Amino acid sequence: MFYYIVRRILQLIPVVIGVTLILFLLLYIIPEDPARLILQKGATPEALANLRAKLGIDKPIYVQYWRYMKNLFSGDLGTSYRYQRSVNSILAEHYPYSIKLALAAIIIEIIIGIFTGIISAVKKYSFWDMLATISTTLLVCVPVYWLGMVMQVIFGLKLGLLPMSGYGDGSIRYYIMPALALASVSTAYVARMMRSTMLESLSNDYIVTAYAKGLSQFKVIGKHALKNALIPVVTLIGLDLGSIMGGAILTETVFNWPGVGRTVYLAILQRDAPVVIGGTIVLVMIFVIMNLLVDILYAWLDPRIRFEKKEINV
Amino acid sequence: MDSSGNNKILEVNNLKTYFYTDGGIVKAVDGVSFDLKVMETLGIVGETGSGKSVTALSILRLIPQPPGKIVEGEIIFDGKNILDMDKKELQDFRGNKISMIFQDPMTSLNPVFTIGNQLMEAILAHKKITKKECREESYRLLELVGIPDIKRRFESYPHEFSGGMRQRVMIAMAIANSPSILIADEPTTALDVTIQAQILELMDELKEKTKSSIIIITHDLGVVAKYADRVMVMYAGRPVEFSQVDNIFYNPLHPYTIGLMKSIARLDHGKNEKLKPIEGTPPSLIDLPEGCVFRVRCEYAEDECKSQYPPLSEIEPGHFVSCFRAKEFLSGSLVRNK
Repeated sequence: MFYYIVRRILQLIPVVIGVTLILFLLLYIIPEDPARLILQKGATPEALANLRAKLGIDKPIYVQYWRYMKNLFSGDLGTSYRYQRSVNSILAEHYPYSIKLALAAIIIEIIIGIFTGIISAVKKYSFWDMLATISTTLLVCVPVYWLGMVMQVIFGLKLGLLPMSGYGDGSIRYYIMPALALASVSTAYVARMMRSTMLESLSNDYIVTAYAKGLSQFKVIGKHALKNALIPVVTLIGLDLGSIMGGAILTETVFNWPGVGRTVYLAILQRDAPVVIGGTIVLVMIFVIMNLLVDILYAWLDPRIRFEKKEINV
Repeated sequence: MDSSGNNKILEVNNLKTYFYTDGGIVKAVDGVSFDLKVMETLGIVGETGSGKSVTALSILRLIPQPPGKIVEGEIIFDGKNILDMDKKELQDFRGNKISMIFQDPMTSLNPVFTIGNQLMEAILAHKKITKKECREESYRLLELVGIPDIKRRFESYPHEFSGGMRQRVMIAMAIANSPSILIADEPTTALDVTIQAQILELMDELKEKTKSSIIIITHDLGVVAKYADRVMVMYAGRPVEFSQVDNIFYNPLHPYTIGLMKSIARLDHGKNEKLKPIEGTPPSLIDLPEGCVFRVRCEYAEDECKSQYPPLSEIEPGHFVSCFRAKEFLSGSLVRNK
């Protein structure tokens, strides 16, 4: 297991190199001069040239890339063109908001998704199952930003129950709508997957064995069926956690949430390359680490895939 | 059914279990009656789809519902009809009074829990003892069924066991609460021949030790000959012949049983004697023919067989046959074809 984790962490290196390379090339071909961006209109050609030299963007792209990577491995993500602040401090300022929102969304996803899926499977073809199937199908189809705006109109504007947007004083009222919007699609997916894996699990012979032992239905479903059914669902939730944690660009923008997703969105609009690249790298690393955690959790759930040392040597 | 009634532990009367499918009603079990005596081993034989397993699952009310449903009959255990039990009674009853061993030990154990966990769970479902006592009890059971290296094996997962070892664990779980009846649904079908014998010997041994009765469901007539005291032969969801094991093998009175006996290889027959299969295929359980269900494959069928189903009746003491011509076989006026 230890070797497996080390190997997975080492796998991060090529991923980070690949991601930075692609982003670097993409931002390089955008015909926007950061020096002009910073100094605005009316700057003299000398001033522009000086600033380019200072930023290092007068050098060929491979030199720029090399310098960036050197800084990256010492933990420095560079300086924002727009704000003249280090990207590290910008991200550090906004990340807590994203993580809090992500956790709220994941909690909704886990509780509602798994619970709905179990009910659907256990009460197959009942009214509740139909209701769950219809609503999850709708939720999967509806884009997050649209759902967000509809909620804003209904609960914020018309009913005045919840604040329209923003983080406010950080109370739970501000979380409800963005968290629901952010969780909507994944909750629907979790519910549907939970239903199908639960049904599959319930059709296994060991379920009959469990009943034949004299266990209660609650125990058969909650213990024997659930643990088997959870295995694929955990992957789904883990992957979601990875992507949501990295900042939910659409949801944060719609709800004006001061998280890292909105920060990256604004940075893209402003051609603020260091913030875009830095934000993306952190996102990728979180994603990969979440995947690793999912795999470790997997091994706990399913003893058949516990990694042996000898497998590494093969 | 049997006159020496006082040592009966289980009595099944006119059990009917149907499955309601899109294609129609599958009459998987359609009027099965039998009884089981204390410390008796009853064999239920029949081909695939004859309703043996459904009969067994019905006794423990383990029929998946929907699509299945027990539509009629009674199953009397210890003076109580199992079909009238509520959820709670049923839970206390399953695994405690009657327990079951299944066909495929590969899939009957939950892959994500340790053997110890699953065994202890079976004990704790019915006994109020501490975890520590339960662990001791589990070790004792595992030793009883012949698992080596118990303490390590206790912590192992099913995939670390061979098929025979898993079936031993299943048996340990089944006898954990010293049930009065052990139902074994083709317990050796999925195992190697050498392991089969070990498992059957183990069950026989444990039966003596625990003074329980066994219902063994199989399509292996050899198993029946060696272990069963009485045998019920099933065809298309109904019992066709029910008697002492010797009668079934040496004096079968139902054409289906007669056909079965001719279709198996026997040491006491000549080397060059050909095996004779029963012509035709079993009927669809959705669309059963009028009259006797076996008549279309029967060499001895008469007009009478077309119009009504022959009731299971006692042709000689303790020998029940569901055939209009059984008496003729018995008296010798009708000779079994070679």
